[in-house]
Amino acid sequence: MRCPVLTVRRVDAYYAITVVAPGIAERFRAGQFVAAAVGGEQSSMLLRRPFAVHDVKPDYGGTVEFLFSVRGAGTAWLAERRSRDLLDLVGPLGRPFPLPRDPVNCVLVGGGSGSAPLFPLAHALRRRGCRVDVVLGGASADRVFSAITARRIAETATFTTDDGSFGVRGPVTAPLGRVIEEARSDVVYACGPMPMLREATAVAAEHGIPIQAVVEETMACGTGVCMACVVPVEGEDGITRMVRACVDGPVFRGERVRFDDVGTIPFDALGAPGWKPAAESAVVDPADREAG
Amino acid sequence: MSTDLRVRLKDVELANPVLAAAGCAGTGRELAQFFDLSGIGALITKSVTMEPRAGHPAPRIAETPSGMLSATGLQGPGIEVFLQRDLPWLLSRGARVGVSLAGGGAAEYGELARRLSEASGVSFVEVNLSCPNPSDQGRHFTDDPREAARVVHAVRSHTRSDIPVFAKLAADVPDPVELAEACAQARADGLSLINTVRGMAIDPRTLRPAVAGGMGGVSGPAIRPIAVGCVHRVHAALPELPIIGSGGVRTGGDVLEFLAAGASAVAVGTVTFHDPSACVRIVRELEEALAEHGVDRVRDVVGAAHRPLGAAAGAGPLPRG
Repeated sequence: MRCPVLTVRRVDAYYAITVVAPGIAERFRAGQFVAAAVGGEQSSMLLRRPFAVHDVKPDYGGTVEFLFSVRGAGTAWLAERRSRDLLDLVGPLGRPFPLPRDPVNCVLVGGGSGSAPLFPLAHALRRRGCRVDVVLGGASADRVFSAITARRIAETATFTTDDGSFGVRGPVTAPLGRVIEEARSDVVYACGPMPMLREATAVAAEHGIPIQAVVEETMACGTGVCMACVVPVEGEDGITRMVRACVDGPVFRGERVRFDDVGTIPFDALGAPGWKPAAESAVVDPADREAG
Repeated sequence: MSTDLRVRLKDVELANPVLAAAGCAGTGRELAQFFDLSGIGALITKSVTMEPRAGHPAPRIAETPSGMLSATGLQGPGIEVFLQRDLPWLLSRGARVGVSLAGGGAAEYGELARRLSEASGVSFVEVNLSCPNPSDQGRHFTDDPREAARVVHAVRSHTRSDIPVFAKLAADVPDPVELAEACAQARADGLSLINTVRGMAIDPRTLRPAVAGGMGGVSGPAIRPIAVGCVHRVHAALPELPIIGSGGVRTGGDVLEFLAAGASAVAVGTVTFHDPSACVRIVRELEEALAEHGVDRVRDVVGAAHRPLGAAAGAGPLPRG
């Protein structure tokens, strides 16, 4: 869908782009993403770039905002968009964060621009009467996203930087255990690079609470067709499958993601060379949930 | 005047010549939210294998100029789950279904064909010959016409007689026409070409191959001229054999290109990753393009590029299919 750009602005080390997209805004739930075409209609760059949605507003019938940093030709093109340019977006995509039925204490932990989806999540949790505590980290001060907003919406906000230029020096997962204890958190929501998610999952497990993690893997289509974005995830039946981050995720129970095996096919994954089912009935595919 | 978009592949009539290509339409569920699956000529499934397959490790894809490189490794649930779950779902949505088969040898392909023939509702079979042949140092079946013919013969022999069998060919082989002729002699009912073109991308930052395992298949508009050339040559050599053409189709105009080269139907693949509704958009564009040409029936365009200049579309004997 062709969406007019409202604004493109620099925010520290990132860009924030806001587009008018009523069709996406009205269906959006926190944790979902959009897939953007880049380069223009005649471009030779044909793969879409996925971006987690950071904010939606009701203005102009519905606007959507996402963040990015310039990494290559596609994002460089995005950074040059101006008001009234048209952006080709598909979305909202992916399974959103599952929200608690009852008001509970939630700690949200995010690394770099990966923390973008935590903001609409925080608003949704607050609307349900949940307590929200936030831990945000980045390589340096200009990569810690939106400290001001975090302070405004959260009960407590803790910041870390690798170089100590802002907040506490060290990894974003370092203060997580203390925050969980002090806030008596019931659940962790995490976004960021894989090593950070693995560490956050370990901390959550130490405290006996569940964790919902947004997993990022290289995508081409964002719609579940190209099979590029697979990650090894253990199902409820104990069988590990290579599942698609774009449609089966991007939110997964952190405990089920085999972080140490990302980038491989675990030997015991369904369909791995030499794999044999334990029992006939065990072969139930998560795709069955999508049937119909 | 509404254009007649119907095409015949052997004895199977399809509503229009636009097909969703194997491996680019998922299970159908993913695209069903973007368009009505009954609105395209047929959907060709991901290649079905005997056992469930996890596929290759990530990263599986890399963007290349006007296309992509992919090495997914035939991830899929295996034939039993496909027959039990995926095929019935597609049929319930009114889709015409072509099933792509992939195996490790003629016997396995034959067994796949046999099991498939026990099901009902399959419109045609597409034999994915771009699979590693374990008895040939991992070269693809397409790399040796005799190996390809063995596989095609096994599939044709074990497939129910009312289901046409299409052999999917590759362009990056010593002689695509020789390969096509070998498949025709092995009683393929038609040909599907082309599959991806083998290639590699090396990341200039890491100086390592961009996809795990190094080599992958290149697809998208970058390969379209290679595909069109192949279709043209094969159709000239085997004018009676229906062809499903594929390789970088993006628009209705591209469909015309393949039809004129000799294809009776055209499979749309990689563009779907960019535009999930591409298939139905292309049907509309094709209809508009045909109207502009003043063509009443799409099948009149098949092979037009082979006819002498000045011959009207529809003049002369039409290729069957």
